[in-house]
Amino acid sequence: MKEVWDLFITFFRIGLFTFGGGYAMLPLIQKEVVESKKWATEQEVLDIYAIGQSTPGLIAVNTSTFLGYKRKGILGAAASTLGIVTPSLIIIMLIATGLSYLLDYAIVKHMLAGIRVAVVALVLNAVIRMWKSSVKDWIGIIIFAVTFIAVTLFNFSMILVVACAIVLGMAIYLRKVKEQNQ
Amino acid sequence: MIYLEVCITFFTIGLFSIGGGLATLPLLQEAVERYQWLTNQEFVDMIAISQSTPGPIGINMATYVGFNTGGILGALLATFSIILPSFIIIIIIAHFFMKFNEQPLVRSAFMGLRPAVTALIAAACFEVVKVSLVHIEQYVETQELLQLFDIKAIVLFLVLFITMNKIRKHPIVYIIIAAVIGGIFQF
Repeated sequence: MKEVWDLFITFFRIGLFTFGGGYAMLPLIQKEVVESKKWATEQEVLDIYAIGQSTPGLIAVNTSTFLGYKRKGILGAAASTLGIVTPSLIIIMLIATGLSYLLDYAIVKHMLAGIRVAVVALVLNAVIRMWKSSVKDWIGIIIFAVTFIAVTLFNFSMILVVACAIVLGMAIYLRKVKEQNQ
Repeated sequence: MIYLEVCITFFTIGLFSIGGGLATLPLLQEAVERYQWLTNQEFVDMIAISQSTPGPIGINMATYVGFNTGGILGALLATFSIILPSFIIIIIIAHFFMKFNEQPLVRSAFMGLRPAVTALIAAACFEVVKVSLVHIEQYVETQELLQLFDIKAIVLFLVLFITMNKIRKHPIVYIIIAAVIGGIFQF
């Protein structure tokens, strides 16, 4: 039961300090889940995030649910999912009841702009760490570069990109993996 | 009746939107217009608030719309409805993934998927760069290269980036420091 509570608190903290989409939670997950609690490895987090991105629903919720399930089954999944959504529930309800004027204060806007700069630095740092555990050869470099350009410059749909990467991975690496297994 | 509409709407959004919070927008907008939950201006405000407050954007939007239409119960129902489909789907996938992740087919698929997902995260990061470190609109207006760069923000970015590689403090520490600096130096 203690571990289930720990899951809730950890993901509550992650939800409270995630400013932006699912990508913004990655530096926090690396710190909390990989380094401090050792619930998953760097590569497992990347794999779970990849699944979260390619399945229906919100990436942040999918990733939290998966990590909770991996740790403590269905109860763990419920705890981590509740943890990640509870800060939003509280904060948004407070704001919707009439605190929305707070967001119009200049000081709050300046602080949020500062936070966005920190998010860029933190996520870039997370991307570099992920690069180290995900890009292993020149094919990986090409997949990375093509994906980045396709999404940023040409607005390719994410689902298409993900599907291509899966097919490519199977086509290129399947034989190698099978040889390793023998 | 309104609670049932909220539940069905957000369950559908949770089930059919792939790719994170902003991917829910087309479905959400359609529902908001059909049931007249928010005016256009309120809808725009709702997105701005959801993006600037902490927490996943999709959850923030669900809570906000739910609260506006049905109070606290509406907020809770909207949020639980949007997470329910993914909760069920992810548990099923997690169950099988943990069984089959050593299969050669799955392993090779992930070897191709990992660099692509890393690139998708880098692309998301790049989108934030465009609104936080540079002023593209000001540059387009004035055509002066100096106007393109937000010097204050870039200095803070470099200091934070170098520091976090030397001293590996909790990300929360850097977020709070950046908020304070942003407030003091009027970012």
